[in-house]
Amino acid sequence: MLSLIIRRLGIGIISVLAVSVIIFVGTMILPGDAEQIRLCQEATEANIAAMRERLGLDKSIVEQYLIWLGNFVRGDLGVSLASDAPIIELIADRYHNTVYVAVLTALIGVPISLALGILAAMFPGSLYDRILTFVSVSLVAAPEFFTATLLVLLFVFALGIGNAVVVGSTEGKDIFGLIAHFALPIATLSFVIASQLIRMSRAAVLNVMSSPYIEMAILKGVPRRRIIMRHALLNAIGPIVNVVALNLAYLVTGVIVVEVYFGYPGLATLIVQAVQTRDFILIQGLGMIFCMTYVVLMLIADVAALMSNPRLRHPK
Amino acid sequence: MSAPVHHPHVVAPFDENVSFDELPDAPPSQAYRPTLTGWIGIIITCFWLFIAVFGSFLAPYGENALPFPDDYAEFQSPKEGASLGTDVEDRDVLSRVMYGAGRTIGISFAATLLAYFVGVVLGIGAAVSGPRVDMVMSRINDAFLSLPTIMLGLVVVAAVGSSIPVLILTAGMIYASVVFRLSRAIGMEIMVMDYVEAAKVRGEGRWWIITREIWPNARMPLITDFGLRLIYVILFISSLSFLGLGVQPPQADWGSMVRENLGALQYGESQLAVIAPAVAIATLTVSINLIVDDVSAHGGGKLSKRM
Amino acid sequence: MDAQTPRETPDVIFETKDLVISAVRENEPDLPIVKGVSFQVHKGEVVALIGESGSGKTTISLSALGYCKPGLEFSSGEANLLGRNIAGLSTDELRPSRGINVAYLAQSAAATFNPSIRINEQVTEAPVLHGTKSQDEANAKALELYGALDLPDPDTIGERYPHQVSGGQLQRLMAAMALCGDPDLLVLDEPTTALDVTTQIEVLKAFKKVIKDEGAAAIYVTHDLAVVAQIADYIVVLYSGEVKEAGPTDVIINNPKHPYTKRLMAAIKPLPEPGLGEATAADTGETPTLEVRNADAGYGQRADGQPIVKVLKDINVRVEHGKTVGVIGESGSGKSTLARVMAGLLPASTGEVFMNGELLPADLTKRTKDQLRKIQFVYQMADTALNPRQRIKDILGRPLSFYFGMSGSKRRSRVLELLDMVELPSQFADRYPHELSGGQKQRVNLARALAAEPEVVLCDEVTSALDTIVGANVIDLLTRLQKDTGVAYVFISHDLSTVASFADEIVVLYQGEIVEQGPTDMVLSPPHQPYTDLLISSVPETRIGWLEEAIAARHERNLRSADN
Repeated sequence: MLSLIIRRLGIGIISVLAVSVIIFVGTMILPGDAEQIRLCQEATEANIAAMRERLGLDKSIVEQYLIWLGNFVRGDLGVSLASDAPIIELIADRYHNTVYVAVLTALIGVPISLALGILAAMFPGSLYDRILTFVSVSLVAAPEFFTATLLVLLFVFALGIGNAVVVGSTEGKDIFGLIAHFALPIATLSFVIASQLIRMSRAAVLNVMSSPYIEMAILKGVPRRRIIMRHALLNAIGPIVNVVALNLAYLVTGVIVVEVYFGYPGLATLIVQAVQTRDFILIQGLGMIFCMTYVVLMLIADVAALMSNPRLRHPK
Repeated sequence: MSAPVHHPHVVAPFDENVSFDELPDAPPSQAYRPTLTGWIGIIITCFWLFIAVFGSFLAPYGENALPFPDDYAEFQSPKEGASLGTDVEDRDVLSRVMYGAGRTIGISFAATLLAYFVGVVLGIGAAVSGPRVDMVMSRINDAFLSLPTIMLGLVVVAAVGSSIPVLILTAGMIYASVVFRLSRAIGMEIMVMDYVEAAKVRGEGRWWIITREIWPNARMPLITDFGLRLIYVILFISSLSFLGLGVQPPQADWGSMVRENLGALQYGESQLAVIAPAVAIATLTVSINLIVDDVSAHGGGKLSKRM
Repeated sequence: MDAQTPRETPDVIFETKDLVISAVRENEPDLPIVKGVSFQVHKGEVVALIGESGSGKTTISLSALGYCKPGLEFSSGEANLLGRNIAGLSTDELRPSRGINVAYLAQSAAATFNPSIRINEQVTEAPVLHGTKSQDEANAKALELYGALDLPDPDTIGERYPHQVSGGQLQRLMAAMALCGDPDLLVLDEPTTALDVTTQIEVLKAFKKVIKDEGAAAIYVTHDLAVVAQIADYIVVLYSGEVKEAGPTDVIINNPKHPYTKRLMAAIKPLPEPGLGEATAADTGETPTLEVRNADAGYGQRADGQPIVKVLKDINVRVEHGKTVGVIGESGSGKSTLARVMAGLLPASTGEVFMNGELLPADLTKRTKDQLRKIQFVYQMADTALNPRQRIKDILGRPLSFYFGMSGSKRRSRVLELLDMVELPSQFADRYPHELSGGQKQRVNLARALAAEPEVVLCDEVTSALDTIVGANVIDLLTRLQKDTGVAYVFISHDLSTVASFADEIVVLYQGEIVEQGPTDMVLSPPHQPYTDLLISSVPETRIGWLEEAIAARHERNLRSADN
């Protein structure tokens, strides 16, 4: 059991390294060194040479990679090419918004969706189940900006609540203030992960519910509540944690579209700007942060899947 | 305890000449017939496929034409000559949605086909190759899969810039890794079947085993998955376009139309310039999903009803 | 019964009256599965429901719990448990009865125990939840049952998780789970079918004892008449959802009237008496068609080329032209691995395989087409052995084209010939495997092997998945084909009576080693190797009282071996 988890951790670390190579190499092949763009036409040969030296571009690619990786581990993400500010400062200015939205979505969206999904699995084929299934089948395939548009139309135009963009500062707001501040982004992301979570948690519970030991519990006269709570959930918990982790990993992607849609500054808007200005040092730093978050969540999903096997939990 | 009551000896009436044949196996599962939601999905999907192919011929205006050159104003409300109003540059929203259909669906379809071609060839290849080849291929693929797709897309676009071939290639390669994993799993499942072993014992070569034993059995589950993968590719391409990193203006594409007209939500006379392309994508992906869901829901037990 | 107030139970514990249960179909009328069945179960009595697959026996037995499998429903008639009609009652109305008045034992205990909950909680769950026993009382009852069922470490076994005990033990623990609530009626659905014969006898003994001790009535569902003869008081013979014959056990076993019952009885191959089997020449001095010498084999590979898990050790087997070698052993004995070594699917790590005196490459990919052709393999599960996407004519035609280059009308007419050889109509050529029944598929499977005109056919448990009558017909077919074509068989099975009924020679495998081998007659005649003896004495005979004799004999043997 432990050795399996350690092996998964090892694979996780290898994944992060592979990610760093992909991001590093990917950004290194930017056509026409990015700094040329920044220095514009006035750049002299001497200027460019000095710049190249400062960025370490005169060294071999392997050396450059190792230096970059070493700096990254120490928390030194370099200096933005576009704004000349240290990247760590750019991130410090903006990370709250992204983290607030992701965490609040997880806190609000996950428990509600799980409850809805498990409830649907308890009454399969009921009207409630069919409506929920239809809604989640529809929402799961819809793009984030469609859901966002629907919510804006409903709240801003039909009900006259809130604003189509997120404006103002979060300073000094408590959790309820933050929820109100980010209501529409949180709602959008919650809907998107809810459709996945409802479907997958429902399927996970139903899968367990069709096993012979549940039939046996029915034939022993075990009440429905206990069948769900003791016999089914105990075996479905692993798959469900797996589903939750996968969806939180998805939030990393979903948050990008939502930030752009509602036009508030966060890490995601920063990376989009970085791509547009070809600020490769900023892309490297942010790319690593996003990908590492993603890899860690995927790792949690995998470990949860391992933990769900009773044979591994209770070895002979 | 009382002694068991005497049971009678019962013999059912019979005809000596009747033979008792082996009872037949369970009847084969019924062929798929769409339900109501399935039909809704099929009709809407077909509608969009039709627009994708013929939209540019049927559109009332050109992609970048101005329906009211004399009366320039952004986000005009629907009126005669522009049934869905106009967009941020006063172009006809309806025409742009019709042009965009071909581009969005075409790029996504091409990318999904590419993903399937690469993914299935490598996936089935890994399944029939020895465990060593398989392990190397799967490890590389796992590393690839452990990245968020949109991040990979961003890095590629940052590196080489955005154009339609780049989009198709990027989405194709990213989703090929998902298809690889799926077709490898399906291939592995079939490889352990006795009929594949029977073919090996007969002395059949690898090519026969792939084309005659594995492919005919892997085909159906892969085709069902194609629809699902197409949805994800459409969403991926649209998201990139929405972020301004996909299809570049002035070309129309549903994702980029949402972005360029986002201002309509705040200060537009009409919001249709945002709503129309968003609804177009949603109806397309949702209707494909309705079909996929309908096909896969066909069959399956319902034990928990009896709890 | 102990401290509990004895419940007043009527004499008829359970009865069905014209019970009809149907499969619910969309857009089509319901399809009856059980077509008007009536029988009674009296207090303290074991009633056996016997029939082959599709007879509706499991469906009928579940009606005693008021339960239908998903997709089925009660259509008409009555199922009276303790005088109350429970057919069609809601789950809430049935719940108080389940686990207390009536308890269920399923075929596979491994799937029936919840993998995440300790055994004791599952065993005591029903009486505790229903409030008929406190947790302490239930624990005491469970402990008593563990002892009565001869389970090892009765004090601690309940603390384990299901995967931590063996299959035979889990099967007995399921009996404890059923009996813990002191039910009036037990429903046992093929409870020993998945077990090896030597384990089956112990479990049967334990079941019989506790059913008697607890004074419960029982419905025992099985396809095995020999098992029924040991445990039932009364037998109901079912075919296609109808009762064909019902009566006291001795009448049904010794004097069946209905032709279907007669056919069931006739399909049972009794273990041939030693000295009455076919006379077989031992070593003719001829070169055997297939020979395995000093073979070791297993899975995984260590640095020195030897397997990590050794499944076969020092195997020597000779297969003479046109003869049948039966390989017998229980699960895990390595009998299927032996066939894989012969076919070259699993190369032997040491030792050789010879064909007509010529050394065969160990790995099948190194064998020539002709060498491959001469050894053909027939699988246990006809379902997975036939490609579901190929028509029968393509399945049979491929070896013809592959080995003999046949095509067109020549190939077509040979396919029809092959179908005729295995007694299938020619129109089957255009069908897909799923359009055939299990026995028909196994015939196609056999025809595919014969298409190669092999010298040896390796038959791996070819009748195990089939019903008794169908399996007996396949054996008859094998015998006839051997006479017609002169093919040799290696017949692998866990079922000694089937092997003994038509093999010329028997090889007994135990934990990867040959414990005894020789002409069938010799192996069946005493003196036996201890394991062969155990195996032979465990094969149930369709005779009332056999179980008691066998247990007594085993007991005596154990005493004797303890003395020596």
